[in-house]
Amino acid sequence: MSLLEIRHVQKSFDGLEVLKDISMSVEEGQVVAIIGPSGSGKSTLLRCCTGLEKADSGEIHYEGTFGLVFQNFNLFPHYSVLKNIMDAPVRTQKRPKDEVRRQAMELLKKMGLSDKADAYPHQLSGGQQQRVSIARALALNPKILFFDEPTSALDPELTGEILKVIKELAAEHMTMVIVTHEMNFARSVADYIVFMDQGVIAEEGTPEELFHSSNPRMQEFLRKFDEL
Amino acid sequence: MSLQTMLQELSAGMVISVKIFVCTLLFSLPLGMILCFGRMSKWWPLKMLTKLYISIMRGTPLMLQLLVVYFGPYFIFGIKITPEYRMIAIYIGFSINYAAYFAEIFRAGIESIPVGQYEAAQILGYSRSQTFVHIILPQMVKRVLPPVTNETITLVKDTSLAYALSVTEMFNTAKQIAAAQTTMVPFAVAAVFYYIFNLLVAVLAEGLEKKLSYYR
Repeated sequence: MSLLEIRHVQKSFDGLEVLKDISMSVEEGQVVAIIGPSGSGKSTLLRCCTGLEKADSGEIHYEGTFGLVFQNFNLFPHYSVLKNIMDAPVRTQKRPKDEVRRQAMELLKKMGLSDKADAYPHQLSGGQQQRVSIARALALNPKILFFDEPTSALDPELTGEILKVIKELAAEHMTMVIVTHEMNFARSVADYIVFMDQGVIAEEGTPEELFHSSNPRMQEFLRKFDEL
Repeated sequence: MSLQTMLQELSAGMVISVKIFVCTLLFSLPLGMILCFGRMSKWWPLKMLTKLYISIMRGTPLMLQLLVVYFGPYFIFGIKITPEYRMIAIYIGFSINYAAYFAEIFRAGIESIPVGQYEAAQILGYSRSQTFVHIILPQMVKRVLPPVTNETITLVKDTSLAYALSVTEMFNTAKQIAAAQTTMVPFAVAAVFYYIFNLLVAVLAEGLEKKLSYYR
């Protein structure tokens, strides 16, 4: 069953066409990585999917709710870690506080942050903040979880923390769409990769298929990563 | 005139100064917030109107504004001015002037909150008003505290401008006594009064800032 269905989405900024007729779908339990050079439109696609930008034309269909994990975490600095996770379910979903607290503590345990419930975001490392923001998104029980470059604001050694969490979620069959420019990250976690270039989907398939693709743009993109 | 009588008369002036100060803060802070909303409105007539208002209020002397508020009703509408109106004109004049400054401070505070905070709130399902009240406002209050303190300290000293409408607040009283008794003592007392008043404001503001320092 498709949880997310995108059909012919088009988006321009000031006459510059950033997304040109994008269509794709995400099945339940799938982990999709969207990769591509900067300016390829991958972040814009994610922002259109999550309603942060309005597509100029095309259709986006959902089953159920979604969550989003931001590149810069965007935790609420005046709330403690626990309140960051609990506030939305209690305030916007009107769920009972006790139940939400239990869930929040479970999520924190899963993220290895049980001892940080009463800390404030500025007291945490980047990796810890990102794990809190994942817990915050999960507390709303989303059907799909979107990630917008979840590791690019982090030191390389902290990237592993996030990768581990995403792998654990994948093992629990959480449906995820991850925008990233980290090839190894995409390769190890995704079961489907979408390669975007200049506003179109240039190539898509399983990691195996993509890494052996004959598409010249894809090969050039991969070569750049090998050089690094 | 004995020092005791002098102090008695001066303290009556102090009470009026404090009254002007308290009433101005009480009215201008909420009024400033309302003006700030108008200034940030997406509906351009409202935006331009508040912009013009703020520009006039900040661009002309407070003393002149006090005179306009006090004499305006008579010269413009022919309404007879009663003695009770004098203090009311002071409260109105000060409040509408300070509200303009506060509006710009609040606007700067709101605009300094990263757009990511709005986006996170939107994704998490907060309504627009919930986002403002629970996410933006608390962070904005922390950020505007230092400039609001600055304005508040200026206000303490500005209360002396009430003498333009012959209100016998602290400064006017001191001036009258000094002229009648040919002595500098009342000015010294006035200086000490304003200084201590502002010291209290600064201490209070520092306490508030400390209270809000649990997050960054």
